[in-house]
Amino acid sequence: MEIFDLTAHELSDLLEKKEVTDIEITSAVLKRIHQIDGDIRAYVTITEENALHAAKNVHERRNKGDALPPLAGIPMALKDNICTRGVRTTCSSRMLENFIPPYSATVVDRLLENSAVLLGKLNMDEFAMGSSTESSYFFPTRNPWDIDRVPGGSSGGSAAAVAAGEAVFALGSDTGGSIRQPAAFCGIVGMKPTYGLVSRSGVVAFASSMDQVGPLTKDVRDCALVMNAIAGYDPLDSTSVKRNVPDYTTFLTGEVKGKRIGVVREMIDDGLNPRVAEVFKKAVNKLEGLGAVVDECSLPVAAASSVPVYHIIAPAEASSNLARFDGVRFGYRAVPEKGEKYTLEEMYMKTRGKGFGPEVKRRIMMGTYVLSSGSYEKYYIKAAKVRTLIKKEFEQAYERFDVLITPTTPDLPFLLGEKVNPLDSYDSDKYTVPVNIAGLPAISIPCGFVDGLPVGMQIIAPAFREDSLFQVAYAFEQNTPYHRERPPIKRRASEEKAKGSDIDD
Amino acid sequence: MVLSRKDMEELAVLAQIALDEEELADLQSQLNNLLRYVETINEIDTENVEPTFYLLPLQNVWRQDEDGRQPLAAEEVFQNALEQERGFFKVPRIL
Amino acid sequence: MTKYEAVIGLEVHVELRTKTKAFCSCPNEFGSEPNSNVCPICLSMPGTLPVLNKSLLEYGIKAGLAMNCEIAHYCKFDRKNYFYPDLPKAYQISQNDFPLCRNGYLDIEVDGEVRRIGINRIHMEEDAGKLLHGEGKADYSLVDLNRGGVPLLEIVTEPDIRTPEEARLFLENLKQILQYLDVSDCKMEEGSLRCDANISLRPAGSSVLNTKVEIKNMNSFKAVQHALESEISRQQKLYETGGEVVQETRAWDENTGKTSVMRAKETASDYRYFPDPDLVPVVLNDEMIDEIREGLPELPAARKQRFIEEYGLPAYDAGVLTSSKELADYYEECVRGYHDPKKVSNWVMVELLRLLNTNSLDIKESKLTPSHLIEMLNMMDKGTISGKIAKTVFEEMFVSGKRAAQIVEEKGLLQISDEDQLAAIIDEIIAAHPEVVEDYRKGKKKALGFFVGQVMKKTRGKANPQIVNKLLLARL
Repeated sequence: MEIFDLTAHELSDLLEKKEVTDIEITSAVLKRIHQIDGDIRAYVTITEENALHAAKNVHERRNKGDALPPLAGIPMALKDNICTRGVRTTCSSRMLENFIPPYSATVVDRLLENSAVLLGKLNMDEFAMGSSTESSYFFPTRNPWDIDRVPGGSSGGSAAAVAAGEAVFALGSDTGGSIRQPAAFCGIVGMKPTYGLVSRSGVVAFASSMDQVGPLTKDVRDCALVMNAIAGYDPLDSTSVKRNVPDYTTFLTGEVKGKRIGVVREMIDDGLNPRVAEVFKKAVNKLEGLGAVVDECSLPVAAASSVPVYHIIAPAEASSNLARFDGVRFGYRAVPEKGEKYTLEEMYMKTRGKGFGPEVKRRIMMGTYVLSSGSYEKYYIKAAKVRTLIKKEFEQAYERFDVLITPTTPDLPFLLGEKVNPLDSYDSDKYTVPVNIAGLPAISIPCGFVDGLPVGMQIIAPAFREDSLFQVAYAFEQNTPYHRERPPIKRRASEEKAKGSDIDD
Repeated sequence: MVLSRKDMEELAVLAQIALDEEELADLQSQLNNLLRYVETINEIDTENVEPTFYLLPLQNVWRQDEDGRQPLAAEEVFQNALEQERGFFKVPRIL
Repeated sequence: MTKYEAVIGLEVHVELRTKTKAFCSCPNEFGSEPNSNVCPICLSMPGTLPVLNKSLLEYGIKAGLAMNCEIAHYCKFDRKNYFYPDLPKAYQISQNDFPLCRNGYLDIEVDGEVRRIGINRIHMEEDAGKLLHGEGKADYSLVDLNRGGVPLLEIVTEPDIRTPEEARLFLENLKQILQYLDVSDCKMEEGSLRCDANISLRPAGSSVLNTKVEIKNMNSFKAVQHALESEISRQQKLYETGGEVVQETRAWDENTGKTSVMRAKETASDYRYFPDPDLVPVVLNDEMIDEIREGLPELPAARKQRFIEEYGLPAYDAGVLTSSKELADYYEECVRGYHDPKKVSNWVMVELLRLLNTNSLDIKESKLTPSHLIEMLNMMDKGTISGKIAKTVFEEMFVSGKRAAQIVEEKGLLQISDEDQLAAIIDEIIAAHPEVVEDYRKGKKKALGFFVGQVMKKTRGKANPQIVNKLLLARL
């Protein structure tokens, strides 16, 4: 295996044993980016010089004998809605094409405190709205397993980069499945932590009551290492919870005997691609074979109503969160033709009309409508009430089960441009959305392949029981080969290649 | 149909987004479809159910009223602003 | 002819004097430079989140308690969504359906009678920035966000106010209370207290609610009164001439003394309120509320009553002395160092307030401190200076801040009580005015005053009047 194929913990071991240097690792991954990102297009911004500088720094500290954390010297990248001081943060939107934040997200500070090396910023659906990374203002990202297919979204750049060896791990954000769905599509591990466990400070908000940042990694142990670094109370986020964060690697026991696992009946029914169903069924049998106690579980309200509830609450919050993009203090601003003058309202409307792409505008319009007088009770309050029922339904299920499992997505990665009707693609989040509605933690891990395309299994735990996720996920992973598979990246004909990503110098 | 063409125009003003004819027409049909879809939750009985606005049982989160961070330097305040003058952000004239 | 009465409700915004802003830790002060007091949070940069300043809550509870409100056991923050360049998030963090305080009242005294004005609600919110409109024909406006995010209380009265004078008195009382609580400067001229009024007219004694008009742009308590007076006569004229009062917002113009239409019937602004998911609810128990209640200072009404009882002051004097916390504190500091509260009250009310007034100074800016006054009063008691000289000394202390003893010494103002010295002066005067001596001896007792006056003139007021009297009587 090449350096870029290795996991963070494998690289950390090699570093410890002095079989590789921090500089070699970062250089190898940067080289990989140069080789294949023209095809994959995961990166929006590459901070090559900073990365090499940081790697050199870690290298020197290591040589001095400094005690370094496991993520030290590990090159990683961030979804481009996570603010990085001095490095442009675009949300893959024209609106923020040139936005340079004078602050970093708390999660970024924590990774840098752990001496991880920042490679750059990753493509996404514009403002995290989408499931394919096709709504990026810049370009779509390709699935490393089949470059004609989407990597999923909205953290598609994050998933593709990790799967293709363009970053050892990445952070994404998940509002309705935006970490788990692309992780499943790209055959890697992706985790959405419990709402309130990871700080949202500095992460550009989509739907504040559902957004969570989480890791996308090559295996479960890496996921635990990244969670160790980023989880925990942050006084800058009022919804961040004060509680002790355990060392998540201690739950990687490989043991699932006696664990009570519920298979959500409504998520293995008609709506599921039969070939995905087959793979998923095998995975369930595997868990049972490992000694888990598996039974069916029913979540009728969560399964039927989470997506509608999501498409009321998320756009409502988004319409307000995205109102600050008005062209005054930062971001795109529409400029009148020569000789013309805009009134204030014209400036606002044209700025927002041109600065946002169609998906974002659609959601802002939807959100504006459901909050407007006359609709608020009918849609927003109603959805908030159904949300209560969904939460309760999960709580009741956890009286019988330690974790619930579902396929992460109902289908395989789709072709670019395949889902033109926006409502179609909303469907691909239907197994992941309920988790955000209820604020629970969930992880997607590779559980097999269909025609060379990866399939993900989602494990869902009660709030703040990430330990259960890690335990079950690790046991499954260690007894299956899927996480060791690497995509055979087939390159497109060179004339098809679009121009390369922006490279900082 | 829930949203008329006129509703759409008013909504665009409320959201302060300029939309051309085509966009308005597309959005009208898309939003009407979406609304029809989300209205399926009306079938769920929510009598005596409290709405959930906050997922966590958190309350009384505040900070002490103490001298905190330094304000931003002017350079960083205006780094991302397209139009400024004498330390002010500039907008088309109001009124 | 029908007599009309006004139905008036006020909406008051008060900026709180916390150390830091409402939801970020920028200092709550306005530097001279625009946009010099801003951070990513109050600039609403993407990804930033609000965290509640505990003082905003505490000040709000204090104000609510002082205005006899019920303090909510559960309240939350909502977003009020609208676009305006002084509102960088395009929503204001405010409170909609669960405000911090409800159902209070304030008693005000109008012509010796107590009127109770209901407080509908008090809620917490954040202030907007300031806009400057370009000079002349400039086609732009400028935005300064230093004030953006400063904590505010919005206080909404019931429509219980019946006259413009009551409106002014209510505001004066409100200001007094908030100053006593030390939560706000309440300077309407500087914008730290802002007031809008809703007013409608109806036939006196009726209980109908007619179309109301909102009045804005009033920059002083007097302006509120004048604007309402002007609006009453405007509405009355309309009713009397068969015209119609329309629902609208009118702006007060200080120069013309008239209100004019600002905008026609609200184009139903749709604020799309919803609970702010970035903040969590505030849940208060009785213990927390009681703790704040116990820490409340004595409020103006109670203090006035105590001044009457404890210091034997007339109600009017007690009212003046308690009109501001600083003045009342000043007075009581003097009283602690001097035995005669009434005498202190005379000096403070008559001399000090006059000097402060003519110099447009605040009591806090006075160089003449309570210890200055106490020392001077003691010198008077000992006969070191005369009452007449004391006034001179007082004015000098006010101007220079020097102690009384120093002024007396520098200016040679010591009272002359030396009998020999005075006798010599008296003899000289008597000798110079034999005709007046004659008058006196013929029974014209007033002539005595002439001699006293002459002695005072000669000594520039420093002669001890008792001794002068004694010596004169002996000689005449």
